[in-house]
Amino acid sequence: MRPTLRQRAFSERTARTLRRRRLVSGLMLGVLACAAVLAVLPLIFIFGHLLATGVGSLSWDFFTKMPKPVGESGGGLANAIVGTLILIGIASAFGLPVGVGAGLYLAERKGSTLANTVRFLSDVLNGLPSIVMGIFAWQFLVRPFGHFSALAGGVALGAMMIPMVARTTEEMVGIVPVSLREAALALGYPRWRTSLAVVLRTASAGIVTGALVAIARIAGETAPLLFTAFGNQFWSTSLRQPIAALPLQVFSYAISPYDAWHSLAWAGALVLIALIFVISLIARFATRARFATGGGD
Amino acid sequence: MIHDSPQTSVREGEGATLRIHGFAIGDRVYSGAITFFAVCVPLLLLAIALEIGVAGWPALHKFGFGFLTSSDWDPVRNEFGAAPAIYGTIVSSIIALVLATPLAIGVSLFLSELAPRWLKQPVGFLVDLLAAIPSVVYGLWGIFVLLPVLRDPVMPFLRDTLHLDRTGLFSGPAYGPSMLAAGIILAIMVLPYIASVSREVLMAVPRSQREAALALGATRWEAIRGAVLPYARSGIVGGVILGLGRALGETMAVTMLIGNRPEIAASLFAPGYTMASLLANEFSEASSDAHLSALMAVAFVLFVITLIVNAIARWLVWQVSRGTSGRVA
Repeated sequence: MRPTLRQRAFSERTARTLRRRRLVSGLMLGVLACAAVLAVLPLIFIFGHLLATGVGSLSWDFFTKMPKPVGESGGGLANAIVGTLILIGIASAFGLPVGVGAGLYLAERKGSTLANTVRFLSDVLNGLPSIVMGIFAWQFLVRPFGHFSALAGGVALGAMMIPMVARTTEEMVGIVPVSLREAALALGYPRWRTSLAVVLRTASAGIVTGALVAIARIAGETAPLLFTAFGNQFWSTSLRQPIAALPLQVFSYAISPYDAWHSLAWAGALVLIALIFVISLIARFATRARFATGGGD
Repeated sequence: MIHDSPQTSVREGEGATLRIHGFAIGDRVYSGAITFFAVCVPLLLLAIALEIGVAGWPALHKFGFGFLTSSDWDPVRNEFGAAPAIYGTIVSSIIALVLATPLAIGVSLFLSELAPRWLKQPVGFLVDLLAAIPSVVYGLWGIFVLLPVLRDPVMPFLRDTLHLDRTGLFSGPAYGPSMLAAGIILAIMVLPYIASVSREVLMAVPRSQREAALALGATRWEAIRGAVLPYARSGIVGGVILGLGRALGETMAVTMLIGNRPEIAASLFAPGYTMASLLANEFSEASSDAHLSALMAVAFVLFVITLIVNAIARWLVWQVSRGTSGRVA
């Protein structure tokens, strides 16, 4: 059937514009690829520089010695590394029970008003600036006692952990099949025991992963520690005294005018990133191993 | 949900549970415990709001609305106007969003539409990794790598070669620490959050949409623009607002790169201040009660702003992903 005049006009217009449209399409797809490259570039720059500069300042001394005054060589950040570990410990002691408990509530009472409110507020709390958490902890635990303390720093970090842990716990407990719960109940387990001994135990790998991810997040936080843990140039493990922390030291050294301290800052940053990386790897490994063995039982 | 019927007798035999008035004591304790922990979340939020609000009230009461509009931040004379800090927070966040949003959407589109399977995982992982870098490390890198680059090639290029100083935005001496530097580092920090949400949302667009567009003769880009993006629009907007929330509250990297000068300046090359960096710098040295109260007031304003922005973001993202976890990075 011969094309009508109208159809011929349409197909000519299509032929004319098709090349341009294809060109535009190819161009835009190229732009997308460029965007992808640009987005990944800063990461490569940062890690590259971190490795190049930080490795040079790493030594056995770095992990075992205390900071030395400017001008004296040697010295390390042993107190800061231990301080960070202590702060993580305190934070977990506060944040994990509350987070897991809240997560259990969210998973088991899914539709209730309180659950919906808590879920919403958890996400909102998650996005609060960490410095606001620090100021809250200051008002709550530093001002009344008149001195900075590791406890205050730990509580600030723990408060930040709660929403993260609650949401991941809720997810992980939600994955456990209902049939498992029903079977336990059918065998005579009371509800509380089903939740704790059966469901929680099954979800434990996922919950641990969530906890580790939260710990990795707070390990690098500096702002909440600025006026709670405050930092300490001496060795201290007491909860009621200010305590050094790796991110705090990196900050102080970075803004200082001394080159020697700048190198220490790079080394400290490298150790901090390595710590976070190791924790995240353990978290991933735990989940993978769990699911590899057929999970759920 | 399994409902057990109340029993009034005590069951005998192994594993007998103590039932009083039809409910096991263990159940009551457990239920009470998890409810208590769940209530801790809203309580914590309330506690933060109250503690900071009450401490900041004297300053807010004394300066009134002028606290937000006055540019005079002078701890020595006990005059506190937070306008430079508020201005800086907003401007640096806007710069961050302007720079990060196109890149983030571009990466997400690349990953969901263009990338071959073997590339998706690694590139996605790398973008997410940006979110794992602590703020202080960004600041460190910013001071020793970004600032020198800005100071020498980039800023003079923008000002003199491109003659952008005519716009007033890119004029003045190139110190290095500036609103521009803070905006750039914020853009890098905020990119993974926008990208992660966008990626989730784009992957949720049904294949049929794309296929229908392609079947109607659209080129690949036209299919993306006409069929995929409109579907994902509200989710992406939610991601952008989430990024805004992060940018508003970011402290350490900004403190290290913004120059910390409590003044409003038109040029992006000039040092500035943000609410978060103001708090980071002055909090531990606040000597007078008035100063402390003013700082608390600033903290309260920051708290309220980020609360609202995060609530909006959460609502938008939740709408699209239909109640699945809002976990990002």
